[in-house]
Amino acid sequence: MADLITPDLVDLDLSATERGEATRSLAQRLQAAGRVTDLDQFLADVRAREAQMPTGLEGGIGIPHCRSVAVVEPTLAFGRSTQGIDWGAADGPAHLIFLIAAPEGGGAEHMGILASLARRLIHQSFKDALQQAPDPEAVVTLVKKEVLGQ
Amino acid sequence: MKIVAVTSCPTGIAHTYMAAEALEQAAKDAGHEIKVETQGAAGAEAVADADIAGADAVVFAADVEVRNRERFAGKPLVQTSVKRAINDASGLISEAEAAARSGAGAGGVMAGAAAEARESAAMETAARPETKVDQGAGLGTRLRQWLMTGVSYMIPFVAAGGILIALAFLIGGPQVANKVNGGTFEGTEYQAVTDMSKLIVQAGYAGLMFKIGAVAFSMLVPILAGFIAYAMGDRPALVAGIVGGLIAVEISAGFLGGLIAGLIAGAVVIWIKRIKVPRGMAGIMPVVVIPLVSTFVVGALMLVVIGQPIAAIQSGLTDWLQGLGGSNAILLGIILGLMMAFDMGGPVNKVAYAFGLAALASGNLKIMAAVMAAGMTPPLGLALATVVRKTLFTRAERQAGEAAWLLGASFITEGAIPFAAADPLRVIPALMVGSAVTGALVMGFGDESRAPHGGIWVVGLISKPFLWVLAILIGMVVTAAGVILLKSTGAKETDIEPAASRQATTA
Repeated sequence: MADLITPDLVDLDLSATERGEATRSLAQRLQAAGRVTDLDQFLADVRAREAQMPTGLEGGIGIPHCRSVAVVEPTLAFGRSTQGIDWGAADGPAHLIFLIAAPEGGGAEHMGILASLARRLIHQSFKDALQQAPDPEAVVTLVKKEVLGQ
Repeated sequence: MKIVAVTSCPTGIAHTYMAAEALEQAAKDAGHEIKVETQGAAGAEAVADADIAGADAVVFAADVEVRNRERFAGKPLVQTSVKRAINDASGLISEAEAAARSGAGAGGVMAGAAAEARESAAMETAARPETKVDQGAGLGTRLRQWLMTGVSYMIPFVAAGGILIALAFLIGGPQVANKVNGGTFEGTEYQAVTDMSKLIVQAGYAGLMFKIGAVAFSMLVPILAGFIAYAMGDRPALVAGIVGGLIAVEISAGFLGGLIAGLIAGAVVIWIKRIKVPRGMAGIMPVVVIPLVSTFVVGALMLVVIGQPIAAIQSGLTDWLQGLGGSNAILLGIILGLMMAFDMGGPVNKVAYAFGLAALASGNLKIMAAVMAAGMTPPLGLALATVVRKTLFTRAERQAGEAAWLLGASFITEGAIPFAAADPLRVIPALMVGSAVTGALVMGFGDESRAPHGGIWVVGLISKPFLWVLAILIGMVVTAAGVILLKSTGAKETDIEPAASRQATTA
C-alpha cells in the first residue's frame, strides 16, 4: 500500500482564502502525485459531501473528504493556513486543512487507516504539533508516527 | 457508569471515527466505561449484546440512520448529530448521565418487543455481512444467512404485490387479470392492454391495481437473487444477482432458479475478489470489473446451462401429464398437487397450471378446480403454521404469514415463496404433501371450476363449493402440520442460528 501522506502532499503555506480554492489546490497535489485520476470528478465528490454539511470543526480544523471513484489510494493531503479559511464551523475559520481521499469501495484495511487518522484529529497534542511543524517532512513523520505507529 | 454508543456519518470515513474517539476520551475522563460501535466505511464492529444489556445509557451520534437500532430498544437514549459528539463530547456524556438517572426511554414492558426487534436485527446483520464475520461460521449457517437476506428483502414485494392483486380481484372481479393481460374468462374474450395510457379505460382502477401488483411480483425473483448475491459478495455482487434473477424469470426458472442465480452470482464475485490485481486496477475492480465479469458469467450460465434443461423438463412433464390424462383421477390430483407446490410459479408449477388451463379450454373443468385448490394451500398452510407455532419462525416470516392468508385465499401461491426460499428442504416437501392431499380430494369430490384464477373469490363459479373449500381446509391443516413437524426436527438449528450470527458479528 502506498504511503498515507508524502512531503509533496503537504502545503504549510496555503495561500487560498476560500474553501473551494483551498480544496482545489490540495487536490491538485493529489493529482500530481497520481493519487487522484480525475480532478473534476474528485472535486465534485468533495463538494457533494461538503454540501451535506460543512466539514469544519471547532478548534480551527477543516476535513474535506469523500469516497470517490477518482481516488486510487487512501491519501491525506494537508494544508496549513495562517490567516484561516472559513470552513463552516461556528467558532471561526480553519487553520489546519485535512483533505482525505478515499477510494470508492475500498477494503476494510484501507478504510481502517483513514479511521485511525480521523481518531487522531481529536487530540489537541496532534493538532498543536501540526501547527508547529517546521517543514513538510516533519508533518509526514508526525502523521506516520501518530496514525500508523511507525 | 456503562455507556454504549453508535457513531455514523454520511461518508463514513472521518466524523464517525472522530466522534468515537471524542466520546471514548470524554467517557474516560469522566470515569465511565464506554463501548462505541463505529458504523463507518472500515466496517462496523458491533457492540456485543451483553454490553448493550449492561449499559446504563445509549448515545447515538449519527447523521445517518443507525443500523439495527432495535438492539438498543428500551435503554435511556441520548441522540444527537455526529458533529456535536466531536465538538462537545463531555457535554454529551453529562447528558447520558442525566438520561441514565431519569431512565428516559427505559421501560420494562418493552422487553418483549426489544427481544423481538433484536431477532430481526440479527437478520439484518446477516444482510450486511462483513466478510470476516462469516468466515468463522459453517457453510450451512452462512448459506442460511444468505438465503434469509434475500428473503428479507423480497418479503415486502410479496406483500405489496400480492395484496394489490388480491384487492384487484376483490374489487374488479377475477376477470380483471384477463382485462389487463388478455385471454378468456367465463367465455368472454378480453384484449390485453397494450397501451398503458389506456389501462384505466380498459380495465378500471382494479386493473390499475392488478397491473401494479403484477409489476411488483415480477421483481420477486430478481430481488431474491440480487440480495442473496449481495449477502455473499456485497455491493459489487448485486447487479449479477439481479440480472441473474431477471433471466431466471425470462427462462421460467422460477424462484428456485433465482436461488441458484443468486448463489452463483455471489460465488463468482467472491472468487473474483480473491484474485490479486495490479494496484492500478484495484480501484476499478468493484465498480467496473467485478460487476461486468460476474454479470456476464451468471447471465451466460443461466441462459445456456440452466435455461435449456428447464425448457426440456417442461416439455417432458407436459407430455407426461397428457399421457396421464385419461388414467386414475385421484392419482392425477396427487401429481398436480405435488407439482403446484414444488416451485410456486416456477417451471413445474407452470406446467401443472398450463395443463389445467388447456383442460379448461377443452371443456374439462375438473382439473382447474384441483389445480387452483392445490395452489391455495401452500400460503394458507404456512399462515396457519406461523400462528400455531410462532417460535419456529422469524419475525419477518410471521409478518409474511399474515399476508399469506389473503394471498393463499386468492390463489396467489407465491405467498409461500419467502418461507420456501429461506428453508427449501424442510418447507417444500410439506407444501407438496398438503397440496397433493387437496388435489386428490378435489378430484375425488369431482369439483369443477369455470374460472382459471381468483381463489376463494370465484367460489361461485365452482361446483360443490363446500366440498371444494373442505378439501382446501384439509390440505391447509396437513401443510401446517408437515411444516411444523419438519421445522421442529431441525428446530435447534433455526433457534441457534440467529444468535450465532449475532455473536459472529461481535467477534
